[in-house]
Amino acid sequence: MAGIHKSEVTISQSGKMEHDLLRTVNWNGRFKLWMGFLSLLLLVCLYFYYLQLRDGLSVTGMHDIVSWGIYISNFVFFIAVSLIGMLISSVLGMIGYKWIKPISRIAEIIAVAFALVAGLVIITDMGRPDRLQHLVMYGRIQSPIVWDITIVITYVVLSLLLLYLPLIPDIALCNKKLTGLPAFQRRLYKILSLGWADKPGQFKVIKRYFRILLIMIIPVALAIHTVTSWLFAMTLRPGWDSPIFGPYFVSGAFVAGCAAVIIAMYFFQKNYKLQEYITNRHFDLMGKLLVLVSLVYVYFNINEIIVPAYKFKPFEVEHIGNLFYGHDSALFWMVQTGGLIIPFLLLMIPKMRKPLPITIISVVILVAAWFKRYLIVVPTQLTPYYPIQNVPERYHSYTPTIAEIAITVASFVLVLMIITILSKLFPIIPVWEMKEENENQKQ
Amino acid sequence: MAEKSNAPRRKSRREFLRKLGTTGAVSIAGTSLLFAGSKTGNSDKTPGSKVKMLDQNNRLVEADVSQVSPVSVKIDAGYLNKKGRKGLPGRKFVMVVDLARCRNARKCMKACQGAHQLRPEQHHINVLEMYDEENGASYFMPKPCQHCDNPNCVTVCPVDATFKREDGIVLIDNERCIGCRFCIAACPYSARTFNWAEPKDAEKYKDVPYDMELNVPQKKGTVTKCAFSADRLREGKLPYCVSACPNGVYYFGDENEDLVTNGTTRETVRLSKLLKQNASYTLMPELGTKPRVYYLPPRRS
Repeated sequence: MAGIHKSEVTISQSGKMEHDLLRTVNWNGRFKLWMGFLSLLLLVCLYFYYLQLRDGLSVTGMHDIVSWGIYISNFVFFIAVSLIGMLISSVLGMIGYKWIKPISRIAEIIAVAFALVAGLVIITDMGRPDRLQHLVMYGRIQSPIVWDITIVITYVVLSLLLLYLPLIPDIALCNKKLTGLPAFQRRLYKILSLGWADKPGQFKVIKRYFRILLIMIIPVALAIHTVTSWLFAMTLRPGWDSPIFGPYFVSGAFVAGCAAVIIAMYFFQKNYKLQEYITNRHFDLMGKLLVLVSLVYVYFNINEIIVPAYKFKPFEVEHIGNLFYGHDSALFWMVQTGGLIIPFLLLMIPKMRKPLPITIISVVILVAAWFKRYLIVVPTQLTPYYPIQNVPERYHSYTPTIAEIAITVASFVLVLMIITILSKLFPIIPVWEMKEENENQKQ
Repeated sequence: MAEKSNAPRRKSRREFLRKLGTTGAVSIAGTSLLFAGSKTGNSDKTPGSKVKMLDQNNRLVEADVSQVSPVSVKIDAGYLNKKGRKGLPGRKFVMVVDLARCRNARKCMKACQGAHQLRPEQHHINVLEMYDEENGASYFMPKPCQHCDNPNCVTVCPVDATFKREDGIVLIDNERCIGCRFCIAACPYSARTFNWAEPKDAEKYKDVPYDMELNVPQKKGTVTKCAFSADRLREGKLPYCVSACPNGVYYFGDENEDLVTNGTTRETVRLSKLLKQNASYTLMPELGTKPRVYYLPPRRS
């Protein structure tokens, strides 16, 4: 008697879960409005890209002294954020933490969106995007750019697979349970579900390949950001010429990524009414994770900044001085204290790890993380070895233009569009994994 | 070089031809010769008339028309491209900048910008006012590309657009360049400049075939840099900046020959002696870039 009763409860519970989690898969009015807004914004921004294609990079604020501006810092930022998919799904997942299940897909969608758009961001920085094929035709293995492109493509593919593989049972479920779907969506589900039939053997295959992917993505993710840091570290410029740039970038990436996931969690919890699945406990744990990764990042910051500041080598002086008390000092101290130290101290207070406060803190961290990339890329170029002379006055500083900002905004719009579409096309929380988790807890 | 045929030269030429005549085995036509002026080769075919030409070692020789057949070289993009990447065999170009003589005349900058279709803010060579803290005085320092033997810019280039030739010159192929500007970021000497907008006088240069050694026509969205005037070197002339200097700042020459010529005085001196006797130095040797531009220290004031 008792056994039958228990299984009935499980069925109704999992039925409710299915209902709750599939409910978010639709194209409602708010989605259309939001996408309409994003598309409009994108069109405006694309006009500026057209101007850039027409008139060259002269529409940007870049010049011969600062020849890498916010496009490159934005690229580094995007790569950084995209690393979070690896940390949450792979590292925490393989250690065996169960709490990451409901937020793992959010992390993977963020990883895919940012990594995909990062590839486009780097193209906007090219003086001759029409010669993109030269990278394949004449690619030289010595160049860190070639390594970067290779590894970005690998990471995008692996991230897509990492997102897609555990989606297959959910896509089949969507196809089975959802009614009133447009024909294209039905067809898409049918193709993407690959004839999934909920057989135990199929689950076994998925889990095995998922595990392989989880292992593969760790070195690739580490490589992608290490190689990105090498774009700078492989040069001889003070401020870039640093052997710890790889781990410095990777640790910073986790900070930015955690903040991005927390913001997304808050958004999905509120808008998709998922309070039962993304709970205060998830925010609390993500807060603790953020404290941990921030601590590591602070450690690398100390190494990266204190060591040259102590030695005060001839050319480093100028660079460090510029950051400490020079042209970029206000931004530098704001980013270092307001965007890293203070948030990290605040997050050690349990009350600050409640959804709303932690989301606000995460927004601050994420904005600071963007400017941190700017501080890594731009100031070094403003302190070259030889004096800046016989050039226009504006070569002594760097101010991004409207066109440059618009094109950068376009990259964020694209990321939001990808996240929005993916989160509306598929359940944002893995249904079968949650059901399985539920069963396990019962037994 | 061809015009200035002086007495000893003529003598050696006669000697050369005499040897040629006695052995009789060497067919000049067989060794592919590049005509200094191809017109002579085509117009006058009567036996007995002589033509002047440069042989493989850039020496001026004279031979009977009947013995030579012209090698027609089409100066098109393909030829210029191949030539630009190859460099001059057996040469190692080197520049010596005597800072004690520089008076900031800036004729070098002007000549360079004129030759390379550059805007006023684009510098292949830039005369900087440097401050010497030890002596509390400033001096002027012309800074071209250092044509490093270990060039960081070349290593980082993802498409082999910028490259090091066997004659020591670092060039850029602006038909290959994708405009990533990694070389600009990597160069510690800030020697490179970018065509952010449409280059100066782009209309005028529209139909000119691209000469890699001159890097003209410039192209929007590509990097440009000092080429040691590789186009002039091929003609046996000194670089634009070197010959434009009124103050005798520049020496230019070949490390293999151990000779450098002053662009103003035309005086030729031993490179090794010049460097040794004048406490020469290179810019930031600690970076390990191995520059091919040497500096002689400024005068102490």
